[in-house]
Amino acid sequence: MTAIQVDPIGPRVVDEPENPLRRAPLVEGKNDFASVTNLIARVAEQKTPRGWYLMFGISIALLANLGAMIGYLVFTGVGVWGNNVPVAWGWPIVNFVFWIGIGHAGTLISAILFLFRQKWRTSINRASEAMTIFAVMAAGIFPAIHVGRIWVIYWVFPLPNQMSMWPNFKSPLVWDVFAVSTYFTVSALFWFVGLVPDLATFRDRAAKAGRNVAARIYGVFAMGWHGSNRHWLHYEKAYMILAALSTPLVLSVHSIVSFDFAISIVPGWHTTIFPPYFVAGAIFSGFGMVLTLMIPARKWLGLHELVTLNHLDNIAKILLLTGTMVGYAYATEFFIAWYSQVDYEQFAFMNRAFGPYWWAYWIMVTCNVVSPQFFWFRSLRRNPTVLFVISIFVNIGMWFERFVIVCTSLHRDFLPSSWGYFTPTLIDILTYAGTFGLFFTFFLLFCRFLPILAISEVKGVMPEASPHFVHHGHAGGQAGGHGAGPGAPTHHTH
Amino acid sequence: MANTTHTLSTKWGIVAEFESAAAIYHAAEKTTAQGYTRVDSHTPFPVHGIEKALRHGPSGLGWIVVCCGLTGIVLAQLMMWWMNAVDYPIWVSGKEPYAWPPTIPITFECMVLLSAFGAVFGMFGLNRLPRFHHPIFHHSTIHRVSDDRFFLSIEATDPKFDSLQTARFLESLGGKHVEIVEDK
Repeated sequence: MTAIQVDPIGPRVVDEPENPLRRAPLVEGKNDFASVTNLIARVAEQKTPRGWYLMFGISIALLANLGAMIGYLVFTGVGVWGNNVPVAWGWPIVNFVFWIGIGHAGTLISAILFLFRQKWRTSINRASEAMTIFAVMAAGIFPAIHVGRIWVIYWVFPLPNQMSMWPNFKSPLVWDVFAVSTYFTVSALFWFVGLVPDLATFRDRAAKAGRNVAARIYGVFAMGWHGSNRHWLHYEKAYMILAALSTPLVLSVHSIVSFDFAISIVPGWHTTIFPPYFVAGAIFSGFGMVLTLMIPARKWLGLHELVTLNHLDNIAKILLLTGTMVGYAYATEFFIAWYSQVDYEQFAFMNRAFGPYWWAYWIMVTCNVVSPQFFWFRSLRRNPTVLFVISIFVNIGMWFERFVIVCTSLHRDFLPSSWGYFTPTLIDILTYAGTFGLFFTFFLLFCRFLPILAISEVKGVMPEASPHFVHHGHAGGQAGGHGAGPGAPTHHTH
Repeated sequence: MANTTHTLSTKWGIVAEFESAAAIYHAAEKTTAQGYTRVDSHTPFPVHGIEKALRHGPSGLGWIVVCCGLTGIVLAQLMMWWMNAVDYPIWVSGKEPYAWPPTIPITFECMVLLSAFGAVFGMFGLNRLPRFHHPIFHHSTIHRVSDDRFFLSIEATDPKFDSLQTARFLESLGGKHVEIVEDK
């Protein structure tokens, strides 16, 4: 068996210029397996930083506010919101689609990039999957509470109830129930499977440091993992199957969310472009949120050697691609409205861009179509400050996209006598702010107690993880495999 | 009864530590070439290709998942047909109580859900996990298996196993901390 020459691990420079003939290293700096473990485990093992308490305090206050708003809503009724005919779907559905879209980037990174063998995904997949789960939790709240009588929410499931009726399976809203609950379950399972080997790492480190309670808790969730190859065989198979299942799943979820609109006959909603347009928008918004979360995280938690500028560069390229796809969809909608020669359709789109909600439409276009165009420039793609600012624009723009779709299509009904103008109430705004509390509370807990990067997966993409790795600088190599010998990569300095 | 338990303890196998993925790969190759059959490696990440060196067969998990996925499809179809066309037919806009096109999304979701259950619980089942106690945890440096060390184990049930010979063999491969692990 011939030995494959791999890049030396020695003289790597952080942020070295990318040579197009050579893959950029996925882990920068002079890191070996042990130092990767240390870098990631340190985040959870260090003394809780003061900044964490501050952010956690704000998040949990917002979360309490969410509880209060939901309580007020349940005891008073949905009249506390701004929803009213003709805009019966106001902020709750806007926020639902916003949050569920955010989740899609996590699954794209964990499943689709895995199937395409994009190894750079390993350093961002764990946090993105966590983001997915918490975003879907935030999303799920809105359809549940917007039904009004939340105590009979179980009617959406095919469960026996006092009416002796079953759900109408021809309704896209019922499809949505199945899609979102399946999506949440599968994402959570995928995340947990990925966590198991890393929880074993945390278990072993806690046990060695004498933190027995932590070792027990991590140990229970690590399920007794000891890295056996027989286990890894089934594990990798399961991982691959979950990725293969999640890939069509994530495309189906936002397609079905778009069916909530597209299956209706409302001008502005009833279009066949909706499924791909929604999926592209979801991935765009999700990657925006990944940047919003990862840029501060890599800086504050000292993970810049694992989440490198090359990773951020790649994310920026995906933002450029999906943002431009979304812009193309906006243009296509207008073209088709004109081409169809349907008066109502044409009115819906002219009203969208130049009607009473013109400001929302142009905020959306500026944030989603114009702002990612800066990523044509390499220097801007590799500037974390620029990336962070644009990621915020992306988040804002994608919220406005859903606002534009929901409100502008509904507020001018077929008859001018039933035209209206939707304005959110304070309760609407505070409820939405509260879901950020929910999202960040869970995300901060995740950063504090769990491996924020996939430790075993990052190790697996390092050059020295290959069984045919030959260490440079030792004439003759060490393919003979005397692990204890000086050829072992971790003992380079001997 | 502590003493009795101690005397009842038997050898589980011999475990040796290696320092790199390349080292464990070549050790695995030589061990199976020597005729050992109950050999396993314990590594911080999957070392790709080592299953050939260890002569471990492929995972049969796919078959479990296929069965679960087909069950999901059948159950979803039966549910929608029985609920909407048999038990309580719902006529909306003159459409058939049961027609296959609108059942596709839910059928797909149920297929994915049950397949995912099959993949995750099937994987843990095939791996006999959770199992919080395993003889290999008695090895003195095994805690590094989740960090940066690679372990090779030869079980005592291996026909070629011999406490002395096997230990000496693993040492000759460059293994460190070659220890007999008790099953207690």
